[in-house]
Amino acid sequence: MRATRLRRVASTALAAIVLAAVPLARAQDLPPDQLVKGVTLEVIDLIAKDKEIKAGNRTKLIQLIDAKVLPHFNFSAMTALAMGQSWHKANAEQKKRLTEEFRSLLVRTYASALAAYAEQKFDFRPLRAKPTDTDVTVQVRVLQPGAQPVPIDYSMEKTSSGWKVYDVMVGGVSLVANYRTEFNNVVRESGIDGLIKNLSTKNRSLEGAGLEKK
Amino acid sequence: MTWRLLFVAVLAVVAGCASTGDGDPRDPWEPVNRKIYKFNDTLDAYVARPVATGYQKVVPGEIRERVRNFFGNIGDVFIGVNNFLQGKFEDGVSDWARFAFNSTIGLFGIHAVATDMGYEKHNEDFGQTFGRWGAGPGPYLILPVLGSSTLRDGLGWGVDFFTDPLNETEPFAVHWGLVTMRLVQTRADLLDASRILEEAALDKYTFQRDAYLQRRRNLIYDGRPPREKEPEDESDKAEKGR
Repeated sequence: MRATRLRRVASTALAAIVLAAVPLARAQDLPPDQLVKGVTLEVIDLIAKDKEIKAGNRTKLIQLIDAKVLPHFNFSAMTALAMGQSWHKANAEQKKRLTEEFRSLLVRTYASALAAYAEQKFDFRPLRAKPTDTDVTVQVRVLQPGAQPVPIDYSMEKTSSGWKVYDVMVGGVSLVANYRTEFNNVVRESGIDGLIKNLSTKNRSLEGAGLEKK
Repeated sequence: MTWRLLFVAVLAVVAGCASTGDGDPRDPWEPVNRKIYKFNDTLDAYVARPVATGYQKVVPGEIRERVRNFFGNIGDVFIGVNNFLQGKFEDGVSDWARFAFNSTIGLFGIHAVATDMGYEKHNEDFGQTFGRWGAGPGPYLILPVLGSSTLRDGLGWGVDFFTDPLNETEPFAVHWGLVTMRLVQTRADLLDASRILEEAALDKYTFQRDAYLQRRRNLIYDGRPPREKEPEDESDKAEKGR
């Protein structure tokens, strides 16, 4: 508990130095739309300034996302949603492994998407929600020259440790819903352990590919 | 003319394939679809992707943007028509205003000046218009070369194809030059997305299918689709059906 708080303090301090901007409020206190905007702009800025990441250093990009973006995601909720009915068939240990593997798969996907969009302009839409709402959609649009803007919708839920993302929709495609068929197919064929193995193999192969590139 | 015949033939063949009754109810032709998917994937790996990658490497980003704008501008004419057909007159007028400004001030469309004037680019086609008129997607369909579609969107694509303004271009060499150029540009714009798909999917075929169906549904409702019924119900049905 103390370690996470320390890390949070350290990252906030670091962000303040790097950005040399208005001191950031603690993530817990920020309304969801400002949280998304703040984190997105900060990460885009860090990528733009980092020569190694711009040159294609995936490991460093993933570390950056791990530190800056992931604390605002609720991965066990995402995994549960993606699993649908199958989630209840998993025991505690399996749930933990599934969440870990799904998390690292999503980090890689997120890193690739971010690397692809980092040079574009973002349009942060005003939040349409009541202050009492605890489940909101934060809308961001990626503006690309000569093409229709790509909408990115973050489904977020209020928790005791601030607003957390539990689904991301890109161009109307829900990430969580998109994995549901895949996950259910694998579970039907080879059970929960089969899915864990499948995800883990996928992640290892991506790690291998990432190392080769360097 | 041969293309038109080919298109009709392909639809007839695919439509004639018997449903297998096993697997995803949205994709009764899955076995055949998977075969075509594999063929397309090979074609893509050996032809389309290398060409698009080369194009992206050799041609500077600014020129690619001009090319994208040029073809985008031509597309705006029928995007407007589709908006009118869907009863979205304001959007249709906006699309035609885009075309008017981009074709003139924007020098034959190579500069998308209308975007800065507040006329946003839309995404419409006949498949979406049929959807708006109430047609369901029908079975999922992988078209040779073209990829993900549905019965409705495949028919829509046929109309898109017949009404493509590039059909009017002559002579033959210019026509095919433009068509090829547009294909290369389109594929190049999808390079990032296809790489992400490779990374994200456990099974590319399923992942792409579900993304396509979600995306099309979203487009038909212009980004505001009504809530779908609880997905738990569907998996329940799938369980019971086995």
